[in-house]
Amino acid sequence: MPGVPALPAAEIERVFRAEYGRAVAVLVRVFGDIDVAEEAVQDAFTAAVQRWPSAGLPASPAGWIITTARNSAIDRLRREASREDRQAKAALLHAGGGDTELAEEDAVRDDRLRLIFTCCHPALAIGAQVALTLRLLGGLTTAEIARAFLVPESTMAQRLVRAKGKIRDARIPYRVPTEAELPGRLRAVLAVVYLIFTEGHTASSGEHLVREDLCAEAIRLGRLLAELMPDEPEALGLLALMLLLQSRRATRTTSGGDLVLLAEQDRGRWDRDLIAEGQAILRRCLRRNQPGPYQIQAAINAVHSDAPTAAATDWRQILQLYDQLHSLTPTPIVALHRAVAVAEVDGPDAALVLVDGSAIGGHLDGYHLFHAIRADLLRRLGRTTEAAHAYRAALDRTQNAAERAFLQRRWAGVA
Amino acid sequence: MAHYLLSVYQPEGTPPPPEELEKVMRDVDAYNKELKAAGAWVFAGGLHAPSTATVMRLKDGDVLMTDGPFAEGKEYLGGLSIIQAPDLDAALEWGRKAAMATTLPIEVRPFYWDDEPTS
Repeated sequence: MPGVPALPAAEIERVFRAEYGRAVAVLVRVFGDIDVAEEAVQDAFTAAVQRWPSAGLPASPAGWIITTARNSAIDRLRREASREDRQAKAALLHAGGGDTELAEEDAVRDDRLRLIFTCCHPALAIGAQVALTLRLLGGLTTAEIARAFLVPESTMAQRLVRAKGKIRDARIPYRVPTEAELPGRLRAVLAVVYLIFTEGHTASSGEHLVREDLCAEAIRLGRLLAELMPDEPEALGLLALMLLLQSRRATRTTSGGDLVLLAEQDRGRWDRDLIAEGQAILRRCLRRNQPGPYQIQAAINAVHSDAPTAAATDWRQILQLYDQLHSLTPTPIVALHRAVAVAEVDGPDAALVLVDGSAIGGHLDGYHLFHAIRADLLRRLGRTTEAAHAYRAALDRTQNAAERAFLQRRWAGVA
Repeated sequence: MAHYLLSVYQPEGTPPPPEELEKVMRDVDAYNKELKAAGAWVFAGGLHAPSTATVMRLKDGDVLMTDGPFAEGKEYLGGLSIIQAPDLDAALEWGRKAAMATTLPIEVRPFYWDDEPTS
């Protein structure tokens, strides 16, 4: 067929994945029902697989998907409503029959924001928030989400069904929170995206240290949040943080999959484009002078990105940033990471006093990094027997194969 | 408008001292007045101890009666409110106020309706 470029199935899938969240968000507004919206987008996908290879990619794929899905949903709901299906009637009634504007850009933006806040509603368990966000906004399949979180597909399917059922039956609203609620609700949304990133960055179990798909998806969601909420410095801060961490991805493990510490990474192989983008976004949000935890963590990582060698790291600036972070979020975990900076500025003995002090020690016994950091300080102080004990304690507390191998090597070095 | 059940869960054991209890009763009273003023109140009540309960159960065509609550536990249903609210956010706000007034855990649960909920 001359003039029409061949459109491989993989390309159709890619377009649908990219437009999934937008389409579902608009259709949830129109029909007031997530299941109806998802089913309609699935119908549109089936139609696209039949039409697009011969007709070519439409000028506006998103508009085509949304219109096709809406028409298909209305046909389906009319059939079901005629069989006295109450849910179908309610969805049709919600759609109002009128031609509401479907893909107008401002409205779509609001729809996606609404969907994000619905997915990350605090009345849903955090695992359900993560799964819903990846499914509805990320367009990941249930099987993909299940694989990423190492649970059986049927378990993940049940989790999604239960969460969508609660949204419908308990009437979790589809709206952007009021200004008074926004700070708390936004924190929950950012926490979900960062959880997806950290789960990908350091998988809590499994063979590979990095599960690329989750990191990439979290960054895609982070870009969406930054685009939808350009006036929220913490949304920008989170994106900057993820980009800066991601820039070191290639150097965090050896080709054999072994963990490489920040100080020993080949800085020449850090992704300069991601660093430049992360630092530019960070400068933009810091100018607003409303510091928050994500912005400060991004700033800490930007200091590392700036250092041409590990020895050239400006640890004093990092310590100042940790002081600021700790005053905003005085948690044992932040205090622990601050102690690492103290070790570089004031020496390992000063850091060990902090680690064993009441603000940290005792709170984090179940956390492998607490024991790993303690072990490293003891090793640097020449207290090898205690260091060996601490490495063992760390080993007992992580299932990640790359981290375990690293801790084994460290343990063997002092045992 | 949807209807929600707000259940108050009470720990087994001795009740708090009278002066604490009095404050709770005052706060709960104010809470119920606020619900009524907002047009959200449908019903509210406190329950006698679980030891006063009787369970009726159909078995082989007969209804058997047992003395005591359906489930023995460390916590039991101590009272309930039924409210109407436009969505879960509004219901959770009432739940938050109930937790503050009673100082006890509150379960917020939507009603399932056979008919379209009336507003």
